[in-house]
Amino acid sequence: MSFDVLIGVIQIILVATTPLVFAAIGELVTEKTGVLNLGVEGMMLVGAVTAFVTLVITGSYTLAFLVSLLSGALMSGLFAYLVLILMSNQVATGLALTIFGIGLSSMIGKNYIGTPIQGLNPYFFVALSFIIVFLVSYFFYKTKLGLIFRAVGESHNSSHALGYSVIKVRLMGIIFGGCMCALAGSYMSICYAPMWQENMTAGRGWIALALVVFATWKPGRILVGAYIFGGVSILQMNLQAWGVNFPGQFFNMAPYLATMIVLIIISSNRLRIKLSAPASLTIPFFKGR
Amino acid sequence: MISFIPELEARGNPSTTMNFLVPVIAVTLTILTGSVIFAMMGFDPLYALHTFFISPISTSYGISELLVKATPLALIAVGLAFCFKNNLYNIGAEGQLTMGAVFGGGIGLLFYDTSGFWILPLMIIGGAVGGALWGLIPAVLKVRFNTNEILTSLMLVYIAILILDYLVVGPWKDPQGYSFPKTRKFGDSGRMPLLFSGLRVHFGIIITLIGVFASWFIFSKTMLGYQLKVSGYSPIASRYAGFNQNYLIYTAFIFSGAFAGIAGLGEVSGPIGLLYRDISPNYGFTAIIVAFLGRLHPIGIIFASLVIALTYLGAEDAQLFMQIPAAVGFVFQGLVLFYLLGTELLVNFKIVFRKNL
Amino acid sequence: MDNLILKIDNISKSFPRVKANKNVTFNIKRNTVHALLGENGAGKSTFVKILYGLLKPDEGKILFNDNLLNVQSPSEARQKKIGMVFQHFSLFDSLTVRENLILGIDTNMSFSNLQKKVNEISDKYQLPLDLDAPINTLSAGQKQRVEIVRILLQDPELLIMDEPTSVLTPQEVESLFKTLNTLVKEGRTILYITHKLEEVINLCDEVTILRDGSVIESSKLENETAESLATKMLGKKLSEIKTDYSHISNQINLKAENLSLNFNDPFFTDLKNISFSVKEGEIFGIAGVAGNGQSELMSLLTGEGIRGVTGSLIYNSVDIKNFNPKKRRDMSIAFVPENRLGHSAVPELTLSENILISQFPNNNFTNNGIINHSNIDTQAKKVIDQFNVVTPGIDAKASSLSGGNLQKFVIGREILTKPKLLIISHPTWGIDAGAEHAIRKSLIELAKNGTSIIVISQDLDELFEISHSISVIFNGQLSKSYETKNISVSEIGLLMGGKSID
Repeated sequence: MSFDVLIGVIQIILVATTPLVFAAIGELVTEKTGVLNLGVEGMMLVGAVTAFVTLVITGSYTLAFLVSLLSGALMSGLFAYLVLILMSNQVATGLALTIFGIGLSSMIGKNYIGTPIQGLNPYFFVALSFIIVFLVSYFFYKTKLGLIFRAVGESHNSSHALGYSVIKVRLMGIIFGGCMCALAGSYMSICYAPMWQENMTAGRGWIALALVVFATWKPGRILVGAYIFGGVSILQMNLQAWGVNFPGQFFNMAPYLATMIVLIIISSNRLRIKLSAPASLTIPFFKGR
Repeated sequence: MISFIPELEARGNPSTTMNFLVPVIAVTLTILTGSVIFAMMGFDPLYALHTFFISPISTSYGISELLVKATPLALIAVGLAFCFKNNLYNIGAEGQLTMGAVFGGGIGLLFYDTSGFWILPLMIIGGAVGGALWGLIPAVLKVRFNTNEILTSLMLVYIAILILDYLVVGPWKDPQGYSFPKTRKFGDSGRMPLLFSGLRVHFGIIITLIGVFASWFIFSKTMLGYQLKVSGYSPIASRYAGFNQNYLIYTAFIFSGAFAGIAGLGEVSGPIGLLYRDISPNYGFTAIIVAFLGRLHPIGIIFASLVIALTYLGAEDAQLFMQIPAAVGFVFQGLVLFYLLGTELLVNFKIVFRKNL
Repeated sequence: MDNLILKIDNISKSFPRVKANKNVTFNIKRNTVHALLGENGAGKSTFVKILYGLLKPDEGKILFNDNLLNVQSPSEARQKKIGMVFQHFSLFDSLTVRENLILGIDTNMSFSNLQKKVNEISDKYQLPLDLDAPINTLSAGQKQRVEIVRILLQDPELLIMDEPTSVLTPQEVESLFKTLNTLVKEGRTILYITHKLEEVINLCDEVTILRDGSVIESSKLENETAESLATKMLGKKLSEIKTDYSHISNQINLKAENLSLNFNDPFFTDLKNISFSVKEGEIFGIAGVAGNGQSELMSLLTGEGIRGVTGSLIYNSVDIKNFNPKKRRDMSIAFVPENRLGHSAVPELTLSENILISQFPNNNFTNNGIINHSNIDTQAKKVIDQFNVVTPGIDAKASSLSGGNLQKFVIGREILTKPKLLIISHPTWGIDAGAEHAIRKSLIELAKNGTSIIVISQDLDELFEISHSISVIFNGQLSKSYETKNISVSEIGLLMGGKSID
C-alpha cells in the first residue's frame, strides 16, 4: 500500500471514529462514578438533531453546538433524576432513554430530513477529541476531584463515610456523559455526514458502550480502541473494492466479539476486575443505609 | 419552599395496591404527556389521541393487527420474567429472537418444497433451541467467569443481527430474489396458519397464550418456579434452602431465550414467511418495557403487551393521518417506561415532600 | 490543664428498644493507654460514636482538655485532634496508599508535602508504607497501618482504636503495640476498645469496664487480675442449674475434628482446628463475644460456607464437611441461622410458602416437581398451632410477623422435621421474654427426645439455662468443652477474654 493511500486511510479512520471517541469518553466518566447509562444512542441522536435544526434555523454554528450540549444535559439530567433521586433501575432507565431519544429525535427532525447545510471542518473536532481524552485522564489521575470520582465509583459507602457527596459526584459524571454524547451526535450531523437522517447514528452508541469496556475504563485506551474498531469497519467497507470475498459481516462483528473477550478476561480474574471496573457500577446508593 | 428531593419513608410491607396502580398511573401520565406534546405540535389533542389510541383498533382488522403485534411482545416478556425475577438482566432478547428465527427459519428453508404437518412444529422447536442456545451464552459466561450479563447479552444482540444479515445476503439468499436481501419463502407447511380469513392474526397467538399459561403454572405450582422466586427474593435464603444457584441461572436464561426464539420464529413464519434483514422492529427491547409495565406478572404482561402494541399501531396511524414520523411510537414507549420507573418506588416507599428552609 | 484529657460526665443514650449508655462517667488520663472493656451490647461502640461525632448523646457532657466537646461529625472531631481507627477499614481497594491518604484527610496537601510528612511518620513510628501500592495487595496489618498513618497526618491528641487486633497476626499485634507505646511516650493518649483480656493486661495502663450500658469500674490495671476483669465484665451470679443430664446417651452423634477454614479476607475470621463432639440428647452451647468466628462456624456446620474446609465432620459415620445444606437436611440435620428475614425465611413469601424452604426427608410437599399446596398449608398450620405463632393465618407474609413470632415459626418448622441434630444460632436474639421462654422450653423438650442440639449464642444466661456442656470460641478457635454444672462465671469470662483456664 503506498504512503498516500495509507495517509488517506488514516484520515478516514480519524474522521469516522471521532463520534465514538466523544461518546465513549463521556460514558467512561459516567461509569467511573459507578453509574451505567445505556442511553448513549438516544442522547447522540437528540444531540445530532438539535444541533442540525438550530443551525438551519439560526445559521449560527456556535448556537447549534450550545443547544446540542444543552439537550444532552437535559436528557442526562432526566436520567440522573430518575436514577439518583428516585433510585430507579439503571438498566431499564437507560434503555428507556435510548428508545425515547430515537423517537424524540425523529419527531424534532421530521421537516429537516435532507436539508442541505454547509459542513464544518472535521479536523478541529478530531483534535478536540484528543484534547478531551487527555483532559479527562489528567482529571482522574492528577486532581483531587478526579480522585474523589474514582473513589465514589469504587465504594460509594466508604466515600459517604468520608464525607463526600456521592449524589453530587454522580450527577456531574452523568451530565458530562450526556454532553459528550450530544457532542458526538452534533459532530455527525454538522461535520461528518453532514445532514440529518432518522436514526443516523446507526448503532454507534452501542459500540461506544462496548468501547468503554474494551478500554477497561482507562481514557487513553479509548483512543486506541476507537481506532481499532474504526479501522476494522473501514477495512470491511473496502473489502469488495479490493476483491476480497470474505463476508463483511464478520468484520463488523469484531468489535462486539473483542469486547466480550475482554469482559471474560477481566471478570474471570476477580482481582483484575477490581482494578478495572468501578466496583459500585449499577448498584444504587441508599443514603443512610 | 418545597424541595424537589422527595423524602422516602420505607413502608413496612410492599404495598400490593400500589403494585397494581403504578402501571395504571404510568399509562395515564403518558397519555397526558402525549396530549401535551401533540398540542405543542399544533394538533387538537383529542383528535391526536383518538388517531393514536382509538382509531387503530376500531375495526376488526385493527384488532387483529393489535394481536399480531402483541403476540411476540407478550411471549418474549413472559420469558424475560424468568430472568428479571431472578435479578438477571437479560437485555439480549432481540438477539435471542433473531437466532430463534435463524434456527427455525433454517429448518423451514430446508424443507421448503416438502409438505407435512411435522414441519411447523419442528421449526418451532428449532426456534426454541436457537433462542435457548443464544441465551445460554451469557449464562455460562456468568457462571464460569462471573461476567456481567448486561454487557454480554447486549453484545450478542449485534452479533446475532450480523449473522442473520450474512445468511440472508449470502448462503441462504433466494436464488430468484435478484439482489433483494431475502431468502426464499418457506413452504406452506412451514407457515403459521392464519386463524381467520382476511386477518393476519395467526397461530402464534395460541403459542403465546400457551407460553403465558406455562409461565404462570411454573411460577405458582412448581418447585422450579419456587426456587426461581426464592433465588430472586433472597439469594442467601436460596443457599440456605440448598438450591443450586448455577442451575437456576441456566434455567432462567434457557426459558428466556427459548420463548424469545419461538417469538422470533413466529414473526418470520407468520405473516411474512421468509427470512430477511429487519425481522423485528425492536421487539426484543420493547418486550423489556412490556415486562416492566406488566410487573413481571403473566396477566399484567398480557395487558401491557396490548398497550405497547397499540403504541406501534398508533404510530403508524399518526404517520398516515398526521404526518408525524412513526418513531413517535418510541416516544410513547419511552415515556411509559420513564413514568413507570419513576413511580415504582411508591410500592416500597411513601413519599413525603419536606419543606426546605 | 490537669492531667485528665477527657472527663466524661453522665453520658446517656437510648435507642428505641434499649438504653445503650446509662450515666457513663469516668476520666481518661493524659499519656496513657486506657482500655474500654466489655462484651457486645455493653455500650462501647455507642459511647465511642458519641465521642467521634457520629451520634448525639441524650444527656451528659464531655470535657476534652477542659473544654466542652461538641462535635457534629467525624471531620469536626478530627479537627479537634481526636482520631479514630475503625474495626472495619474504610479504604478503597483499587486505589493506591497515597490516594487513600489524600482522600482521608480534610485539608489540601500537595503531593510532595504529603510524601514528606508520610516519610516522617513512617520513620518515627516504624510504620513503613509504600505509597504506590494498591490497597488490595496489602495484608490486614498493612491496611491498618495506612489507617493509622491517615489519622496521624492530622496530628491527633487522642486516638481511639476499635477492636484493632481482630484481624492481625500475632507479629502484627506486637508491632502495633510498639507503635502505640511510642505514640503515648511522645504525649498522645489512646482509648483502646476491646474484649480481649490479654491485651488489656499487656498493653493498657488503666481500664474502664462497661456492662449493660453502665460503668462497673474504672481503675488502674495494677489493681486488677485477669479473673477480676473477667468477673466484672460478665458480672453474673449463676442461677441454679436446672439442666437434666439423665437422658443423655453415650452415643456420639456429631464429631468435629480439626476443622479449619481460611478466608484470606479481613472481614472474615479464620477458623482454626475446631474440635468438639455432641452426644445424643445433649445440648452443646458455644459461647463467645461476637466477631470471633461464630457466623463462620455456623456456615460451616450448615453447609452454606464450606469452600476450602479441612479436617473432618463425622455424622452417621460419614464425613459431611463438604455436603451442601440440602444433603445435610436429607440426613435429618436441621438448622436455624441467626437472621430470620432474608435467611431462614423469605419476607415476601407467605408462611405456607416458607415451609418449603426447608424440606426434610420423606416430606409430602412436592410430587414430581409439582407443589402440593394443601400439604404445605397443613404443615404451616401445624407449626402455628403447636408453637403458638401469633399471626392472622398461613397466608400472612413472613415480613408481617413480629421478630419473636417469626423465630417461633422458623424453629417450629425445623423441630417438626424431627431432626436428629439441630444447629441453632442466637435463638432468642431480639425476642420478647414470652417467646424466649417458649423457645428454650421446646429446645429442652427436643433434647429429651434424643435430638442433639448445638446452640451458638452470646447470651450466657441462655446458654447456662439450657446447655449440658459449653465451650467458648475466641479468635476462630474453640476451647475445650466443660459441663455447665462444673464451670464458674469467671472461668467462662476468662475463656471469652482469650485466656485459658487449665
